[in-house]
Amino acid sequence: MLEVKDITMRFGGLTAVGGASLKVDKGRIVGLIGPNGAGKTTLFAIIAGFLDPTAGRVIFEGSDITPLPAHERAKLGIARTFQIVQPFAGLDVRENIAVGAYLRHARAAEAHAKAEAVARRVGLGGDLDKQASSLTVAGRKRLELARALATEPKLLLLDEVLAGLNPSEIRDIVPVIRAIRDEGVTILMIEHVMQAVMNLCDEVYVLAQGKMIAQGTPREVCVDPHVVEAYLGKGAADRLRAEEASHA
Amino acid sequence: MTRRGYLPILLVLAVLALLPFAVTSNVVLNFVVFVLIITLAAQGWNLLGGVGGQSSFGHAAFFGTGAYVSAILQVRFGINAWVATAVAVAAGAAVGWIIGFLSFRAGLRGSYFALVTLAFAEVLRILANAAGFTGGAAGLLMKLDVGFWNMQFTSRAAFLWLALGFVAVGLIVSQMIANSRFGAQLVAVRENEEAARALGVDVLSVKLKAITVSAALTAVAGCLYLQYFLYIDANIAYGLWISVEALLAPMVGGRGLVLGPIIGAFTLHGLGEASKLLAGRVPGIDLAAYGAVLILVVAFAPGGVLGLLRKLRFRSQPVAKTAEETA
Ligand SMILES: Nc1ncnc2c1ncn2[C@@H]1O[C@H](COP(=O)(O)OP(=O)(O)OP(=O)(O)O)[C@@H](O)[C@H]1O
Ligand SMILES: [Mg+2]
Repeated sequence: MLEVKDITMRFGGLTAVGGASLKVDKGRIVGLIGPNGAGKTTLFAIIAGFLDPTAGRVIFEGSDITPLPAHERAKLGIARTFQIVQPFAGLDVRENIAVGAYLRHARAAEAHAKAEAVARRVGLGGDLDKQASSLTVAGRKRLELARALATEPKLLLLDEVLAGLNPSEIRDIVPVIRAIRDEGVTILMIEHVMQAVMNLCDEVYVLAQGKMIAQGTPREVCVDPHVVEAYLGKGAADRLRAEEASHA
Repeated sequence: MTRRGYLPILLVLAVLALLPFAVTSNVVLNFVVFVLIITLAAQGWNLLGGVGGQSSFGHAAFFGTGAYVSAILQVRFGINAWVATAVAVAAGAAVGWIIGFLSFRAGLRGSYFALVTLAFAEVLRILANAAGFTGGAAGLLMKLDVGFWNMQFTSRAAFLWLALGFVAVGLIVSQMIANSRFGAQLVAVRENEEAARALGVDVLSVKLKAITVSAALTAVAGCLYLQYFLYIDANIAYGLWISVEALLAPMVGGRGLVLGPIIGAFTLHGLGEASKLLAGRVPGIDLAAYGAVLILVVAFAPGGVLGLLRKLRFRSQPVAKTAEETA
């Protein structure tokens, strides 16, 4: 469904992403993890058409979409959420979600009906008339998800939708994400909450300093020495192994 | 669903339409006609600046183009007033599209956009002042020839109804947009362009559509001004005064709201006239009153008069925030 080929993104002298590739198959939940500043959000922005990569290509459903602007990609079925939530602060929840729904429903009545259905699905059914600016952090994250979902995407890019939520809020939203996948939406998610990654993802990619250093099932990736080093520093994997050996 | 918001519009229109039956004073009727012309210009501004958050400081460019194109067609080519008006409105819309294309494609926003629109209006003013076919500094004087076909009326009431008809069109167009997909996308662009793009909104095309309709409405105001006063020159048609009027009325009445421009225009000019009556003939007292009202609105009622009314009505709920940061 989605193929990212050798993407490089340079900001002046800084290489945020250096030749990263990944593949997302239809119907899966794929995780993208990595330490802070690894380039995950940058890669998302490139996939969604918000940044032009310095090099590389983005292939969606078999066609090269690298030159397409963001709104065209949304029409093709790619929706993203923002790590730093971007609500339409002056609008209420219904109006926020309706902007997404209007992508596939030209009439106001239909767009509003769609918005209400989506709101109920992500647990915002009771907040439809609330101003977006009055929502809690958890509410705003749900709103990000709802707006993206209202565009009826084929591929949903979730950038840390669980960050900042408490454990019970995470427990509430994880089944929602799984249900979205079960209805046929492919998901690529950036996530730091490992418990959720283990729980949700069929496959995980690990990005560190702009490079894809590992790929596999969540379990495989967690014990990969490269990944441990990327998170804990050089030599950490060896030290851990040595410690385990001495305990044994 | 499609009826949403039309009741207050009907009410306002009905009150104004019945006014000539209650009041026969020419002073009052003149005042109302003038304010209705301002209202139209302001309705144009409100669509782009209020709903869309792209504050223009140069709506004179559209007002003036409407007035000049109509005047030139009538004076120089003897074309019928209604036809001339239609062509002039189209010309105003075209100028809007061109200014929009040049500035929005370059990514201009906020005060940069405001300054560029101001520059366009000033260039047009200077050109109109210098060129021969615009009558240069002497301006253009229309032939007095009263009659429906010439869009000239001796009766103030008749002109009031004509202007009110156009204002009604402006109100209905604004309300239709407010209830539509285009309106929702325009508001989304005002609130957060990035988020709008992510949801499939073609930001450039939405802005272009907005500035084109906006310019057309303001051009209508220019045409009406011409038909009413039968004279324009560059400082009237392309003058800063109308850019300011077009922007001030929605700010005072309620930015981005359908009834904002008309409420704002009547509030501002009502206060202006009242201050003239109270303070006598102190020159510029009405302008001072404008300034005072503007400061009060910005400081205490960023939602304008309508925002204030709404706040009083639902004291517990906060008023919708519009994009006042671009002001
Ligand atoms: N527009 C930009 N201009 C310059 N540098 C940028 C820009 N966007 C991102 N960067 C830099 O690129 C690097 C990667 O940033 P990015 O936001 O993609 O990381 P991330 O993996 O999403 O991190 P986090 O987990 O903290 O969200 C960082 O060093 C960041 O400072
Ligand atoms: Mg990030």
